[in-house]
Amino acid sequence: MHGNLEAMPAISAHLVTKIFGAGPGSITALDSVSIDIQRNEFFTLLGPSGCGKTTLLRLIAGFDHPTSGRIDLEGSDISYLPPFKRPVNTVFQSYALFPHMSVAENIGFGLKMLGKSGAEIDAEVDAMLKLVKMEAMRDRSTAQISGGQQQRVALARALAPKPKVLLLDEPLSALDLKLRKEMQIELKRLQHETGITFVFVTHDQEEALTMSDRIAVMSAGKVLQVGSPRDIYDRPSRRFVADFIGETNFMDVELVSIAKDAGRKASLKLASGKQISASLPEGEMALGRVTAVVRPEHASLTNPKASSVLSGTLKTVVYFGTDTHYHVELTTGGTFTVRMQNARGQAGEFSEGDKVGVDIDAGATQVLRD
Amino acid sequence: MTDTAAPSQQSSTSGADAGVAARKSDVRNRWLLASPALTVIFFAALGPLLIMLVYSFLQKGSYGGIVWSFSLDGWFNVFLKRDIFDDTLGFADGHLSIFWRSLKLSFGTTVFALLLGFPTAYYIATRPANLRPVFLFLITIPFWTNLLIRTFAIMEVIRNEGVVNTLLMSLGVISSPIQMLFTDFAIMLGMVYVYLPLMVLPLYASMERLDFRLVEAGYDLYATRLGVLRRIIVPMVKPGIIAGSILVFVPSLGAYVTPRVLGGGKNMMLGNLIELQFGQGRNWPLGAALSITLLVIVMVALLFYVRNASKSGVKSHG
Repeated sequence: MHGNLEAMPAISAHLVTKIFGAGPGSITALDSVSIDIQRNEFFTLLGPSGCGKTTLLRLIAGFDHPTSGRIDLEGSDISYLPPFKRPVNTVFQSYALFPHMSVAENIGFGLKMLGKSGAEIDAEVDAMLKLVKMEAMRDRSTAQISGGQQQRVALARALAPKPKVLLLDEPLSALDLKLRKEMQIELKRLQHETGITFVFVTHDQEEALTMSDRIAVMSAGKVLQVGSPRDIYDRPSRRFVADFIGETNFMDVELVSIAKDAGRKASLKLASGKQISASLPEGEMALGRVTAVVRPEHASLTNPKASSVLSGTLKTVVYFGTDTHYHVELTTGGTFTVRMQNARGQAGEFSEGDKVGVDIDAGATQVLRD
Repeated sequence: MTDTAAPSQQSSTSGADAGVAARKSDVRNRWLLASPALTVIFFAALGPLLIMLVYSFLQKGSYGGIVWSFSLDGWFNVFLKRDIFDDTLGFADGHLSIFWRSLKLSFGTTVFALLLGFPTAYYIATRPANLRPVFLFLITIPFWTNLLIRTFAIMEVIRNEGVVNTLLMSLGVISSPIQMLFTDFAIMLGMVYVYLPLMVLPLYASMERLDFRLVEAGYDLYATRLGVLRRIIVPMVKPGIIAGSILVFVPSLGAYVTPRVLGGGKNMMLGNLIELQFGQGRNWPLGAALSITLLVIVMVALLFYVRNASKSGVKSHG
């Protein structure tokens, strides 16, 4: 509890490991995870099912306790505190609204358990109903409202006690697409208005990219990369991250040189023998065989020319409305996807079977750690 | 309506008449289909009750049985008695105290069965799914043994020279045996033991359906363990509590074997009193009237309980 409280992260996990069961049948759900989640941040844990993101959330909530390591809330150890002693609230995937209580009773439950007076609870419940735009539903039973409305009640219920951290366990997964888009915006607004740290769990990469201040990509119990949506998308450091988020072209290349200056630009030799420059992930990299990635929208098709870094035959052209995807079979083997925006009346410039060249935008090539 | 009786001969039967005929045979079919159930209900439930009701309004025979002439003596004797010396009327306080004891012991049995059954059912419901049938199996094992034998077993445990007293005396905790057998305590102990599974099973059934994410939500919203129990688990498993309580209370009120064996004849309950009238008492009309009274008590108690329980279920928690 010493030091500058403002600079203290809201949640700080140090080498947290969680093992379920014992002996040969045990499952390591989290493997030495360390993460700092800053105050007032919209932080997302992103990963496929079984990656440990929900386990981490449950450890922060207090429903489970770490096998080893510790979790701090604003600098004090909460690893073994029961959930009812943590200023942390959860929005459950299934909402988990109390069916024997009205909407207002659900929202007021936490405040009531904290020993607040009836008048205080009423005032806070009204404020929360207003915040989630559910004023008219105050005395409804939870069975009488729609899924989207239940979602709002679950949010209001978790926000009413003014927690330091709000945990959201895939809260939008049960909603249909239109409602989900609405709630994404709504969640951002709520986070902004309340100033509460949100920790959001999802397997939906698009949801993560559009909503988060920072994202932690998880796989098999480990955190692979933490960064802003732009970092994660443009500068993936691992094969899994590059593959899981968006579409990517993977290229086997040779790392031939690394600039000594702060920019640490690297020079790559492609299979064709051409050299391009690329960005390196953080940490030491050895020269030799590496994998590099290029997003399809960071490359463009040209007519065959000597200066093109890649060349090949256009195999398929898929029209998507706003853009068109071109799958090119490279002369050096493998395929490369290029995505180009469609301008009016520009259609039919390239067609299947054409010999084409591929240009890669400057600074668009990223070297992976693995 | 006459032509509907033989519709096949009247090829020109109007549409309306055909409809009436179809409806009539439909009604007939429905009664036919319901008849097995109705037969069972009449012979197994309503019939015996009617016999009891009729007997309670007849004169008693000198050597048991009844004499077929109308009399209110049976009902009179339920609540009142005539002094054998001076013929003055008084309340049948013997009967009333037995009614009162029966209600008291049955209520106590229900409360203790609930206190013991609730944690048991909760424990079973929170075990891994593959272990639960094992526990349920263990709960039902006592049912395989005759009630009388189980009751005598309890007698063996609590009598003055029984297991408990011997053990306590050899440990020097007590110097003379505690009288447990032939007390209200013994009756209640016996009934809790016998009827506990009837409490555990319905409680388990409703706890198994309990969404434990709601329990987590309760903890998350600052409810302590006691708070979660009181405000989330109990309201959610209320149907099981009601069903279990009814299943324990009703047979306790009419219990016969347990009070007979463990009460030693001096601590009678309603079941024993009724048996007495049909046996040594040779007063069938009184026995019948007492049985009907027991039935009414049970029904009133149930109505009261169910109404109260459902009221508190929708009661505002805010």
